[in-house]
Amino acid sequence: MFPFTYTRATSVHEAIEAGERGGRYIAGGTTLVDLMRETVERPSALVDIVGLPLSDVSATPRGGLRIGALARMADVAADPVVRQTYPAVAQALELSASAQLRNMATIGGNVMQRPRCAYFRDVSAPCNRREPGSGCSALEGYNRTHAILGTSEHCVATHPSDLAVVLTAFEATVHLVGPEGRRATPIGHFLLPPGDTPDQEQDLRPGELIVALEIPPLPRPLRSGYLKVRDRESYEFALTSVAVALHIRGGVIHTAKVAAGGVGTIPWKLPAVEQHLVGRRPSPDLWGQAAERAADGARPLVHNGFKTELLRRTVERQLRIVGGRS
Amino acid sequence: MTPQPAPQPARQPQATVGTPRSRVDGRLKVTGQARFAADHGPADGIDGIVHAVLVDATIGRGRITGIDTRAALAAPDVLTVIHHGNAPRLPYRDNSFPDSIHPPGERLRAFQDDHVRFFGQPVAVVVATTLEAARHAARLVEATYDAEPPQLDLVTAPAHEPDVYTRGDAAAALASAPVQLEMTYRMGRNHHNAMEPHAIVARWDGDRLTVWEKTQWVADPRNELAAVFGIAQAAVRCYSRFVGGAFGNSGRTWVHSVAAALAARELRRPVKLVLSRRQLYFGIGFRPAYEYGVRLGSERDGRLTAVVHDVRGETSRYERHSDDLALGRMLYDTPHFRQDVRLVPLDVNTPTWMRGPGWSTTATALETSLDELAHELGIDPIELRIRNEPADDPATGQPFSTRRLHECYTTGMREFGWHRRSSRPRAVREGDWLIGMGMAAGAYPAESAPAQAHARLGADGTVVVRSASSDMGPGTTTSMAQVAADALGLPMWSVQFQLGDSTMPPAPVHALAWTMASVGSAVQATCDRLRRKAVALAVGDDRSPLHGVPADEVVVRRGWLHARADPRRGETYQQLLARNGRTHLEAVGGYEPPEEIRYSMYAYSAIFAEVAVDARLGIVRVRRMLGVFDAGRIVNPKLADSQAHGGMIGGLGQALLEHTVTDPRDGRILNANLADYLVPTNADAADIRAIYIEGVDNEAAPIGVKGLGEVVQVGVAPAIANAVFNATGRRVRDLPITPEALLMPR
Repeated sequence: MFPFTYTRATSVHEAIEAGERGGRYIAGGTTLVDLMRETVERPSALVDIVGLPLSDVSATPRGGLRIGALARMADVAADPVVRQTYPAVAQALELSASAQLRNMATIGGNVMQRPRCAYFRDVSAPCNRREPGSGCSALEGYNRTHAILGTSEHCVATHPSDLAVVLTAFEATVHLVGPEGRRATPIGHFLLPPGDTPDQEQDLRPGELIVALEIPPLPRPLRSGYLKVRDRESYEFALTSVAVALHIRGGVIHTAKVAAGGVGTIPWKLPAVEQHLVGRRPSPDLWGQAAERAADGARPLVHNGFKTELLRRTVERQLRIVGGRS
Repeated sequence: MTPQPAPQPARQPQATVGTPRSRVDGRLKVTGQARFAADHGPADGIDGIVHAVLVDATIGRGRITGIDTRAALAAPDVLTVIHHGNAPRLPYRDNSFPDSIHPPGERLRAFQDDHVRFFGQPVAVVVATTLEAARHAARLVEATYDAEPPQLDLVTAPAHEPDVYTRGDAAAALASAPVQLEMTYRMGRNHHNAMEPHAIVARWDGDRLTVWEKTQWVADPRNELAAVFGIAQAAVRCYSRFVGGAFGNSGRTWVHSVAAALAARELRRPVKLVLSRRQLYFGIGFRPAYEYGVRLGSERDGRLTAVVHDVRGETSRYERHSDDLALGRMLYDTPHFRQDVRLVPLDVNTPTWMRGPGWSTTATALETSLDELAHELGIDPIELRIRNEPADDPATGQPFSTRRLHECYTTGMREFGWHRRSSRPRAVREGDWLIGMGMAAGAYPAESAPAQAHARLGADGTVVVRSASSDMGPGTTTSMAQVAADALGLPMWSVQFQLGDSTMPPAPVHALAWTMASVGSAVQATCDRLRRKAVALAVGDDRSPLHGVPADEVVVRRGWLHARADPRRGETYQQLLARNGRTHLEAVGGYEPPEEIRYSMYAYSAIFAEVAVDARLGIVRVRRMLGVFDAGRIVNPKLADSQAHGGMIGGLGQALLEHTVTDPRDGRILNANLADYLVPTNADAADIRAIYIEGVDNEAAPIGVKGLGEVVQVGVAPAIANAVFNATGRRVRDLPITPEALLMPR
């Protein structure tokens, strides 16, 4: 065995101290334990944070939503406030993983998931995420499920989270606490595309801990929803997925929030789609025109070329589903 | 022609056969008390078990240039590392013993040379006193290789000489056919993904070897390990009481079993070896990938005049696994037929049987091509099949023992609502979904093999029946108890059927859907004999109420032996044995298939599927499926449903999801886990129903069955593919059918 220590943090302060000394945080363990079994991850110290008081889910004063990092996926999906105010969040969670995993996995851990790539999980294959400089096996290998957006020559793996797609669409804030105090950063800055540093997956400083994810208040009435396209009906990562939120008033779209999953190395915000929607009246043509912009900049690989068109269609479909009832 | 029923012994009332019964071992299984291969240990008197973990090659082809075991051996609790550099040379006698189920060729040997034949081939085995230590040390073994690029392309790699079947003059008939179609179908490689991993516990006592093994045939580990180690078959004993699913993957004995037995011999300690989920994809066989060229010639009315199949199927370089691809010869009345089957040797592990082996493969090609012809001609697909229904077996000229395929069609049409199907594709729409219906037929040989059984009636009136069969999931332990109970006139609870021990009376491999025909017939014959022994004892015993009653006039119900004419005149087995001072009565019996086969004997399927295809996103969801089966007598409808639903869900996987993905650069399997190799979930298998066209087939087996476990998957994938065409107007000829294949133009 690769030996490691296991300690249970009894306070955030204690956790951060242990984290600063190189400890890896573990909560639900649904990703990390798997990867440790495959020896993809070999932490020398685990710091169990599951007992910390970071699992509250609450509406913020002006109508946003704050989700504690240690809230379980299943609990958040079932939360009445979540279901009422941001149904897309509940939908994304319920379409994730399996019931058993959702009962264990936490929201913070969900956002922190490692890339979904067969080569990443197979320690006998070269992978720049695991071993920077060893090469990317997927680039010229089998890459049907890989990314078409945000890729680099170093990595083309997708970010696996469904929830993070919704959080990206809603421009959520990641609340962190670390040795130097509290900090907040937009999720769009927190999750990092591989670029030249594929082993840097998040903007996290040593010892920093996610304490909450916060969706800012959005104008009401707000319609939102999450659509996930996959080969089988349950328990599979997205081929494509889309989170959409629309604020329509007086027959005109005033606010549009759109992001896609299954296509990017990080959850992929679609500003061109959003911009095309704002100020226009909902119509089937509008959905199609906006969706045409969804795959701008896509760089398909050998086996995932279909994702470009599938992404446009997924966006069009979800715009219609969310915005069509005008 | 109606076959003559075989002569029946004194008829026993069939009180349990034909009735739905729950599994007798269901409680053991759901409470975790059923012990599978890997569960064996001290409770079985196996003390001091140590744990073995295989080290797998990380190249697709080449030679091992070095194995550095220093770090592994230095790790705590590690006992040994065995590899080609230090393993003893093993006798490896020929394994083409009678009834061998090993394919022709040179089998893969455990650590006997430096060749790497496929990615993931075991190159060493690490043994430690704990599983964790063995797993860790296996990662510390450093193997170096001289790698060559592997040959992995089924389509372009050189093939062996074809195996040709021909009747009539297919080429000429095709050329002159008024209607001609030509298609190529491709089917991806599938893995079985049984819930139970392969596992073995091996223990040597001197020169005698005992193994607790996951197997569909306790005789095969016995025979194979005896051959490998050069010892007598009688010196090897194999136990396999429970099997947690197999679907064909545990027919033959794989190399990891040899590795475990070798380690146990070297260490003189019992060794347990359990393959990881990942290793199951590399070290165990699979349903091979196929390329299936089909050319059809027909009259304008749809009558087939010529069928030509050009098939390429993958095998390993060192063995020739060939599936039985004979469905095309017998399903339709085709005067001119030619089939060329080419095995393509690749740098892969040897493929093996997987549910509906060969027959489900051919059904995909044949039954999709029939659907294409039906569409071309504007004939209903079922009507087309009925027009080509043969009177006798077109391959052998023999009469069918029973063939109720037509009845399967009519029942299926009625029960499925076939009249609601639009003959025009892409005609039915519900919102974003295109709805379609499809069907396909199938068949699977109703074969049987010699089997024996032993039955012992105790003084307490309970019976133990034994045969060296296996129960990989169909419920053999339960269904055999039903057969025995009826033959002996006992309630099921007083009969126990035992299997899974190679010292029991021999049974054939638990596969090919022939266990009930073979072992069931043997159990029935044995228990008939035992009952007649008891009856003879009673009627010859002047203290018995049955004294003097003709033996043929005695029947047994619920343990009460009585005169047929006077149910009150009788006694119990207990009374009979006690009065005669017997501790027990026993009988051995068996079943031998007839030497001369006079009939064409098959089980048949007609599968109906309704799918919804998202018109823009390409997602396919099976809304409902109906399977109508002509499988002869149904011994236990509840177990039959379990078989049928499972087979149909397996077919759904073949059609839409299952595909072992290999990296062409090195043969690495990329979805070697249950998150990435997609099997259907419950959410994918919404509404599945099976109907059995009942009817005893006494030609197929004395017990009247034709076998169900294989035919339930034959025809499922093409029924779904045909439904997808009906829904979308798009013909996808590659399985599995993926969203990308269906993304429609706007």
